[in-house]
Amino acid sequence: MSHWIIAPVVLPALVAAFMIILFRGRLMLQRLTSVAAVLALNAVALALLMSATTTGAQAYFLGDWLAPFGIVLVLDRLSALMVALGAGLGFLTVIYAMGSGWDAKGAHFHPLLQFLLMGINGAFLTGDAFNLFVFFEVLLIASYGLMVHGGGANRLRAGLKYIAFNLLGSALFLFALGLLYAITGTLNLADLAVKLPELPEGDAALLRVAAVLLLLVFAIKGALVPLQLWLPGTYANAPGVVAAMFAVMTKVGAYAMMRFGTLVFPMDLPATNLLYASLLLPAGLATLGIGAIGTLGATTLPRLAAFAGIASMGTVFVAIAHFTPAATSAALYYIVHSTLATALIFLVADLISRRRAHSGLQDCPPVAQPGLMGALFLAASIALAGMPPLSGFVGKLLILDAWRDHAFAVWSAILVSSFLMILGLARAGSNLFWKPVEAAPKAKAEPLALLATLGLVAALVALTVLGGPVTDWLAGTAEALHDPAGYLAANRLPTGG
Amino acid sequence: MEALFAMAIGLLTAVGIYLMLRLRTYPVILGLTFLSYGVNLFLFASGRLAVNAAPIIGYPQPYADPLPQALVLTAIVISFGMTAVIMIMAIGGYLEAGHDRVDLDDAQEPEA
Repeated sequence: MSHWIIAPVVLPALVAAFMIILFRGRLMLQRLTSVAAVLALNAVALALLMSATTTGAQAYFLGDWLAPFGIVLVLDRLSALMVALGAGLGFLTVIYAMGSGWDAKGAHFHPLLQFLLMGINGAFLTGDAFNLFVFFEVLLIASYGLMVHGGGANRLRAGLKYIAFNLLGSALFLFALGLLYAITGTLNLADLAVKLPELPEGDAALLRVAAVLLLLVFAIKGALVPLQLWLPGTYANAPGVVAAMFAVMTKVGAYAMMRFGTLVFPMDLPATNLLYASLLLPAGLATLGIGAIGTLGATTLPRLAAFAGIASMGTVFVAIAHFTPAATSAALYYIVHSTLATALIFLVADLISRRRAHSGLQDCPPVAQPGLMGALFLAASIALAGMPPLSGFVGKLLILDAWRDHAFAVWSAILVSSFLMILGLARAGSNLFWKPVEAAPKAKAEPLALLATLGLVAALVALTVLGGPVTDWLAGTAEALHDPAGYLAANRLPTGG
Repeated sequence: MEALFAMAIGLLTAVGIYLMLRLRTYPVILGLTFLSYGVNLFLFASGRLAVNAAPIIGYPQPYADPLPQALVLTAIVISFGMTAVIMIMAIGGYLEAGHDRVDLDDAQEPEA
């Protein structure tokens, strides 16, 4: 049993506490510690990724209490991928925050970011439903602090709304967990997967209620229509660098939906069979549509980025809703792409907003460094709209291919929404860069911030160039998700009891 | 006892949802608190209601399920902390904006 599985949770927690106690108010020391910690986290995440690829699913029994009585962390290819994705984005976020000076606008940016990483990693790794709730709360409470980082009346009021929405989500989560426990007497995911098929028929209705409540909770996290209302206001008011990091938080919702939809409530479970698929598809298509229309109507640059992020979550949910290995592997590819692309557009929006008089898309003040900013905006737009040559195109192609059987509805929704996004992003780009007539002002040189942004572009290019090997690996991951024998075996549940 | 318990959960949840739909932040926070009380009772009931039963195996009487009690304890601690956070945020928002309405209609994004 490898103790490294718990490292992605323990490392950020210790570093964050350490920074708050010893380096309070000493920004330079906090920055150094934070960079060292995310680098170490990346190394651990890569090692776990290798280990999950070679040996398959492995469980870590906390306190050596056996499942299903104790809490387990389970490392499989999916959780390793998501941890690595979060760690990579965390590294670029820290670099950008240092380069742009965002982390100097409040006292605790770096500790809060470490706590956020702890919650995200924990949510990806845990094999226990109640523990998932606890890690959701950990990442949320850190995100509340990060969201209002820098202060200001509007940011605080938008933060309040964000917290209220998520507290409601937490209450729903607890109702769902209570129901699940009342029906089955267990909250271990693998144990649930074993026990649910043997459930007496009378409990099927209760089980469906619990499944839908869980779906609602994950929909709030993943900004699925009609529960996306919190996202534009939150992300547009949050500091740009924080919004970029939040790009991986919506993926926690998508991850949880995939995990529950394949492990706990798979299609062949009689009580729920097509429940998740039939609810997710229309909601995902609506999310895609609302995101695309939102990019047309957005009045400020961060809001445009937020709606583009919603549209890409819609694409992810449409892909997940098919619940077949091919579609799941397309969804995984698009999750990686969407995290990088959404983070990129938020960083670019932040860079541009700080190079002009305001962040609005009307009455167009000039932008400093128009050539470089324009190129970055173009790259982000191409990625989000899903045009060649970046990975959004590959991802959308894979999803279209997987949805061949319902080509008319799904293909037209994805293609029309892509067209609308091209229009919205092109309109914003021409307003930003071609309307201003005055000369461009001088810009501060921010080498680290630019480096982090270019790092995201490089990651998108790498995802495109390495599309073949990546999709092969993801196909294996999707197979393992849809046939969770390895996951169940790793939990070493007692048999015959 | 079951009927009384169920009615208490329903009442707390209904009050919570009603208050959450109000325009001012303070009733919204109160509503969230009521909702979390309702949830806590609900979690408690998920281990079945038992009278005069200790959560210890090996006692002469039938024993109560200890896990929901642990879950409720965790949920109480978390909702307590979250209420404190949202309270501070509400006070901060009120002091900065001069009013405590929940809607953001008049708001513009802050400049970076």
